[in-house]
Amino acid sequence: MRYLHIANARVINPQTQTDEITDVFVADGRIATLGRRPDAGEIEHTIDATGQWLIPGLIDLGGHLPEPGYSQKGSIASETEAAARGGFTHICSLPDTKPVADTSAVVKLILEKASKAGFSRVLPLGAMTQDLAGEQLASMYTLSEAGAVAMSNARRPVRNSYVLRRLMEYAATYDIPLFLNANDLSLSDGGCMHEGPVATRMGLPGIPETAETIALAQILLLVEQTGVRAHISQITCRRSVSMLQQALENGLRVTADTPLANLLYTHEAVTGYDSLYNVQPPLRSERDREALVQAVARGELAISSNHSPHEIAAKKAPFSDAEPGMSQYDAFLPQAMTLVSREELTVEQLVRALSATPANVLGLSQSLTEGADFNAVLYDPRDEYTLTASEMASGGHNHPLLNRTVAGKVAQVFLEGCRIC
Amino acid sequence: MTDPNTVQLTEDGRLKHFLTTEGLSRELLTEILDTADSFISTQERAVKTVPLLRGKTVVNLFFENSTRTRSTFELAAKRLSADILNLDIARSATSKGETLMDTLWNLEAMYSDMFVVRHSDSGAAHFIAEQVTPNVAIINAGDGRHAHPTQAMLDMLTIRRHKGDIEGKIVAIVGDILHSRVARSQIHALRTLGAAEVRVIGPGTLLPSDIESMGAVPYYDMRAGLADCDVVIMLRLQKERMQNALLPSEGEFFKLYGLTKEKLAFAKPDAIVMHPGPINRGVEIESAVADGDQSVILNQVSYGIAVRMAVMAMAMSGQQTPVNSEEPA
Amino acid sequence: MNLPDIEQITQDLAEQVTELMNERQLDDPLLVGIRTGGVWVAERLNDTLKCTDDVASLDISFYRDDFTRHGLHPKVQGSELPDSIEDRHIILIDDVIMSGRTIRAAMNELFDYGRPASITLVCLLDIGRRELPIQPDLCGATLALNDGQLVKLTGPRPLVLTLA
Repeated sequence: MRYLHIANARVINPQTQTDEITDVFVADGRIATLGRRPDAGEIEHTIDATGQWLIPGLIDLGGHLPEPGYSQKGSIASETEAAARGGFTHICSLPDTKPVADTSAVVKLILEKASKAGFSRVLPLGAMTQDLAGEQLASMYTLSEAGAVAMSNARRPVRNSYVLRRLMEYAATYDIPLFLNANDLSLSDGGCMHEGPVATRMGLPGIPETAETIALAQILLLVEQTGVRAHISQITCRRSVSMLQQALENGLRVTADTPLANLLYTHEAVTGYDSLYNVQPPLRSERDREALVQAVARGELAISSNHSPHEIAAKKAPFSDAEPGMSQYDAFLPQAMTLVSREELTVEQLVRALSATPANVLGLSQSLTEGADFNAVLYDPRDEYTLTASEMASGGHNHPLLNRTVAGKVAQVFLEGCRIC
Repeated sequence: MTDPNTVQLTEDGRLKHFLTTEGLSRELLTEILDTADSFISTQERAVKTVPLLRGKTVVNLFFENSTRTRSTFELAAKRLSADILNLDIARSATSKGETLMDTLWNLEAMYSDMFVVRHSDSGAAHFIAEQVTPNVAIINAGDGRHAHPTQAMLDMLTIRRHKGDIEGKIVAIVGDILHSRVARSQIHALRTLGAAEVRVIGPGTLLPSDIESMGAVPYYDMRAGLADCDVVIMLRLQKERMQNALLPSEGEFFKLYGLTKEKLAFAKPDAIVMHPGPINRGVEIESAVADGDQSVILNQVSYGIAVRMAVMAMAMSGQQTPVNSEEPA
Repeated sequence: MNLPDIEQITQDLAEQVTELMNERQLDDPLLVGIRTGGVWVAERLNDTLKCTDDVASLDISFYRDDFTRHGLHPKVQGSELPDSIEDRHIILIDDVIMSGRTIRAAMNELFDYGRPASITLVCLLDIGRRELPIQPDLCGATLALNDGQLVKLTGPRPLVLTLA
């Protein structure tokens, strides 16, 4: 056996509640031993990780890939490279490509391109309705056979409760998990930011909290009725957090995530009409943000990227005309780590919400334990750099840290023992 | 998070664009009114033109049609001796940011000095000033629901000329506050200029959420809202509000919020009645009030030109190199 | 440098204006002071001249030729002129004449109000450095200043001259 030896890393593994400076030995893509030399074999390469943190690879429960269909915004290769640089070993791609991922051909194309690119592994989300129109069921069984890990309708609505019920029943038949976005379009349509004092002052049409909570109530009741395995994507409201808690107390098996942006920013960021902060779901109030952070701390929420790369022209427009979304993959982990440096989350809480919790949603395991796949990030908290457009891997430069100093850096990322960054 | 005033003011605090009344100091708002006052005096002369903007090119860039507003800007520019170009740019549904930016860059290349912008998107004027053509003075002639600062300032001038001062006055704004850029600009200006109370009166569907955060007091009852008011500002009610589940009918709106002599009697006896026009008689205001003694609606129109001359001259001046305080004798 | 006694030269200037009015038969003239110093000087002259009309004031902010370089003066006060200056004899008064550009602007503005019968220019001080072919009809005193020096009049009562 020939081993990769990572020496003197601070190993943080929330699943085993490990946080200690130790050595890791890797062979055949797996962690052979932790904290002790293997009995036999030789060391092929040693990485001196003194001062660095070794954490499980991040898993994203929802990011937008611009391919196929939106080559002006980037490619599968560019975005998976950016994801790897941000610390992700796995990313779930939302199905709103062009054409949408409602056929096995599109799902296979995504998998092939991602595999060829060789960065983060893509776990495609298939479309749950044809063309994401929210009317006819997509061939969910075929899509999952092709490699889709779950079905989603992105943020496109399923307006009809009947259709929603039937597609849950159908998915439940084959134990296909659904990723559902809580968005009542009749209440959110036309809105471009959180409804509240900032929207009122700026004269921007608002999206009320009830656009999310009413849809969430509908989803939770139908999940209870149909027994489908459901994950709620991208919740943003304090009220949604308590509704989910209630559902869990009632024994419902649902999981949920919130986009990183909603943990870092509030609707106040829109002051000044910076179209960067035009995102869907919208940034909400400080009360909402605090409630989301606390839910993450309690382990109730995973953190997703909602990565949405855009070309310059898509964002260079009056606020409500700009395309919503932020490019998030580059520098994702350092950005998330600001929640730790602000002392809003412990590093264990943050890492769990980015690895173990999403792994659990997908039925995977992401843990730094002996015998496990070596999916891990070496993070250097002392390093510092400026995120410039030319150095970004993503085709979308609509990143909140563009041209700013990023504290902390992803040094290396391993997927099944191979370096992808 | 850019403060709107980092965009519209020079480093030494002078106006270089006029995008919003929000956050402008009382001194600056007063300076606008004072300058407008002196332009009113030039408007009373035989020769109404002053040579201030001679050789400058002003482009009226209206992405939304408004003949009335456009005409007052046109006249204001002409009375400042500027060259004026009117462009009505109908917006097609597919035209995204690119088209807007290309249009503006082309115009900038034609050595334009000032754009007067009307656009249906909130923040459009701000966007142009900040990101597209920072060296062209931008005057916001109405952006979405956000701001219509020249209209608000002409209303302030109207109040000041009729009531002496804005300080200490109770002002009620009645009607569709939710969609009104005029109301938002008025609220900011009134608060800064020291109004004792700014009230907004209308049904819950037409008052935006958290309007209190802007410093306005919401009233649902017209008579209670008008009690002891010095100034009553009626807003125009757009017909499409009846189609979007916001209002049942014009008739019911008039019954509840239409300004009649009977309702006006709740305000102070010397209260003035204003309306940015054009008036829907019998919908938001009855003719007896619109044409009555307390109405100053017609005066508002004539002040509009002076206010627009004032902000155009001030913003153009702010685009120049810093003021040299020495007066060459 | 010794600055002249302003009270004295204002007094002398008032007498010279009276003589000139008689000489040129400027009946019922309109005194027009250029804001701000010119208005103060005009008021002082009128103490002696006692014209029928109040002193009119002219704010040339909207007529300056250096607007593109210096911008609008932060405190435009506006002009206050009688309804008509048509066929009036105007005595245009300023505190200090230098380049002559202010006077050019003032005359342009006056003509936008009407066609006066005549304009007579009276200045308290002439500090030279002319850039336009404009000369005062009467001038209280002439000063030769060093490069970069300017004078500043403060008022209205008393009028005080300082070097700036």
